[in-house]
Amino acid sequence: MKVLVEKKTKWGKYYSVYFWSLLFFCMSLINYFLYPRTVAKYAGKGSGIKGWFLAISAGILSHGPIYVWYPLMKELRDHGMRSGLIAAFLYSRAIKIPLLPLMVYYFGVLFAVVLLPYIVIASLIEGEIIELIESRKRSVCDACTFS
Amino acid sequence: MSVLLLGLFLTLVSKHFIASAFTGELLRDTIIGSAMGGIAAGNAVNSYIIEKELMKEGVSLFAITAFIMTWVTVAVTQFPAEVAFLGKRSAVIRNSLSFFLAILVSIATVTTLMVIQRRL
Repeated sequence: MKVLVEKKTKWGKYYSVYFWSLLFFCMSLINYFLYPRTVAKYAGKGSGIKGWFLAISAGILSHGPIYVWYPLMKELRDHGMRSGLIAAFLYSRAIKIPLLPLMVYYFGVLFAVVLLPYIVIASLIEGEIIELIESRKRSVCDACTFS
Repeated sequence: MSVLLLGLFLTLVSKHFIASAFTGELLRDTIIGSAMGGIAAGNAVNSYIIEKELMKEGVSLFAITAFIMTWVTVAVTQFPAEVAFLGKRSAVIRNSLSFFLAILVSIATVTTLMVIQRRL
């Protein structure tokens, strides 16, 4: 509790409380309004390129520490989100838009311009590999059930 | 906060230690940088400041890029939280893949930079 009280920012004294409240609010909204069918449509098996685009864009725009996003990712996965998209989301968080000017200041424009597309490509690769592992695991499980 | 952290880092980690950790061998340095970034945690700003300092010490850009990448993508300190929410298997696979991809991204980035700079 002490940590929450001590965090004083331009948004007020209880920035962490606001942040966590917002996250819980989002999670409750997902629980009430986002049906498994909707999640499956945008981030499920048939989501295709749209799903990848959504996951990577959301990862780039996301803010805050990584552990804050785990409960939300679990929630979405339970609703039908693909594991590959979760991995892509978590990897693309390496692109921090608010910190881009700082990256340019420390390492130069060229470094940032070259690195960022590679991060997007790597997030796609990681997502695809995880999808591949998941599908292989599923097929092995199916084979076990049939035999 | 970042300044304080930097001061602490520079006091606790001597230049000799940094020089001994990074040998100048590209692949080994990249792996070491990747491992160090994976263990470290905190705001990404800190990784930029620390890496700028390491750059001044002569550490290769391969190691620096790998460090920046794993700082955000590999979460060793948050591993128990990831296991609790996403499962052990999923967390192990994701973190291992992120570790190796950081090495590949750093090699690809620095090689591209070298090619571009040679052409300019």
